[in-house]
Amino acid sequence: MRHLLSTADLSRDEAISILDVAGQMAATQRREIKKLPTLRGRTVVNLFYEDSTRTRISFEAAAKRLSADVINFSAKGSSVSKGESLKDTALTLKAMGADAVVVRHPISGAPHRLANAGWIDGTVVNAGDGTHEHPTQALLDAYTLRSRLEQDAPGADLKGRRVAIVGDVLHSRVARSNVRLLTTLGAEVVLVAPPTLLPVGIGDWPCSTSYDLDDVVGGGHGDLDAVMMLRVQRERMNAAFFPSAREYSRRYGLDARRMAKLPEHALVMHPGPMNRGLEITAEAADSPRSTIVEQVANGVAVRMAVLYLLLSGQSEGEGA
Amino acid sequence: MSPAREDPSSPNAPEDPPRVTAGEEPPQAVRAVLEPAEIARALSRIAHEVLEHNKGAENLVLLGIPTRGVTLAHRLAARLAAIEGAHVPVGTLDVTMHRDDLRRQAFRTIAATELPDGGVDDKVVVLVDDVLYSGRTIRAALDALSEFGRPRAVRLAVLVDRGHRELPIRADHVGKNLPTSARERVRVRLSEIDGGEDVVSIVGGVTK
Repeated sequence: MRHLLSTADLSRDEAISILDVAGQMAATQRREIKKLPTLRGRTVVNLFYEDSTRTRISFEAAAKRLSADVINFSAKGSSVSKGESLKDTALTLKAMGADAVVVRHPISGAPHRLANAGWIDGTVVNAGDGTHEHPTQALLDAYTLRSRLEQDAPGADLKGRRVAIVGDVLHSRVARSNVRLLTTLGAEVVLVAPPTLLPVGIGDWPCSTSYDLDDVVGGGHGDLDAVMMLRVQRERMNAAFFPSAREYSRRYGLDARRMAKLPEHALVMHPGPMNRGLEITAEAADSPRSTIVEQVANGVAVRMAVLYLLLSGQSEGEGA
Repeated sequence: MSPAREDPSSPNAPEDPPRVTAGEEPPQAVRAVLEPAEIARALSRIAHEVLEHNKGAENLVLLGIPTRGVTLAHRLAARLAAIEGAHVPVGTLDVTMHRDDLRRQAFRTIAATELPDGGVDDKVVVLVDDVLYSGRTIRAALDALSEFGRPRAVRLAVLVDRGHRELPIRADHVGKNLPTSARERVRVRLSEIDGGEDVVSIVGGVTK
């Protein structure tokens, strides 16, 4: 593994080894001294062309806990606003000797281009590209599921678990990455969304779909182990995908009534940031079943694992 | 496992040879140097030495370095219990994230670090490993240990010392000193992990 661009590139064993390493990283984060010398002298650049709170802070914390040097770059306030291209920015980073570039970009495929165009030598980690993929989010979701449902047993997968992903699938890179990763790990995925918010070609995805959230939470597709709510991405919506926010909320929002229909152990997940009152009510978001804050904490451990796996033994040209 | 870990002449993998698992190596000259009975005697002697040096089992903590160091630490603890009737806590100390050769090595799995409940503050910590070679693992272990507290003293017990130190580190308790060539590998097999009988053997090197 040289880059992490898509969860589709991960085999079951690779995915499990990332989760196992993340488990050990999480253990180090419960110690008094959290900083490890593992990536001393390596440089990690956070290249963010899109706004982000969680992901950028999480990658920064992960790199710093492993003693790497971190350079933060955001498109706002940089030469990008003067019209600098991705290539020229990449060449600048190469000249500075970046060992890893964590990139978020509004255009799908930008990290792939960065990894394969020969502009930089370092390893590329996709931190979200357009409506394509967000692999570390899917890994931290899988880690959260495994730690809650399988007690984070090393080597365990999610075989036989059933996860519903609800909401704006069309614009969601989180949904894409999760469908691929969770299926690789043996879980079943049900996508629930209005027909307008499901992408073309959904029939080829390795999952089932439904338009009816009440049916799915009630066990219409089998008992659920987790419900993952997606954010309605208004900034990417250039047309009317549903009549009104109120109608969306009534048909596809997670509230106390729907939560009560779920099995006892089922988790409520959300990648954040949430639109409280739209796709999820405060009652659901703040309930004890909600893993939303836990997901953020797990994000640091998972990203530490990813950086460790990609940056150790780099000269061999092969990792996990 | 990576090719680097398999390569006996690789300067980047000084501590690795004993950890190479069976079935992956080409046919090479294998020479057994320690039989099960000798390993048992060496461990018993180390147990007595540890107690003599410490004047009893008071405040002792055994920390094994994964993988085989942990097994050896448990065996030592059993002997200490048999000799002195004292319960000596055993823990494991993974040093992977403190190694200085991560950049050159292919991916290494990280094992769990589990310290006994009493911690290590003001204890006499005995680090236990199977083979002492370059000393780099022990350096990493000392760094890792400092994150958990400040032991009163740290001692080192190894089953085999094969020489070729690259750092000013020495063992306090040695099962057997084995003069080796850097081209050879020392292979330790313990029944709990590898099945079969305990054996320490030298693999490869110049055959006459």
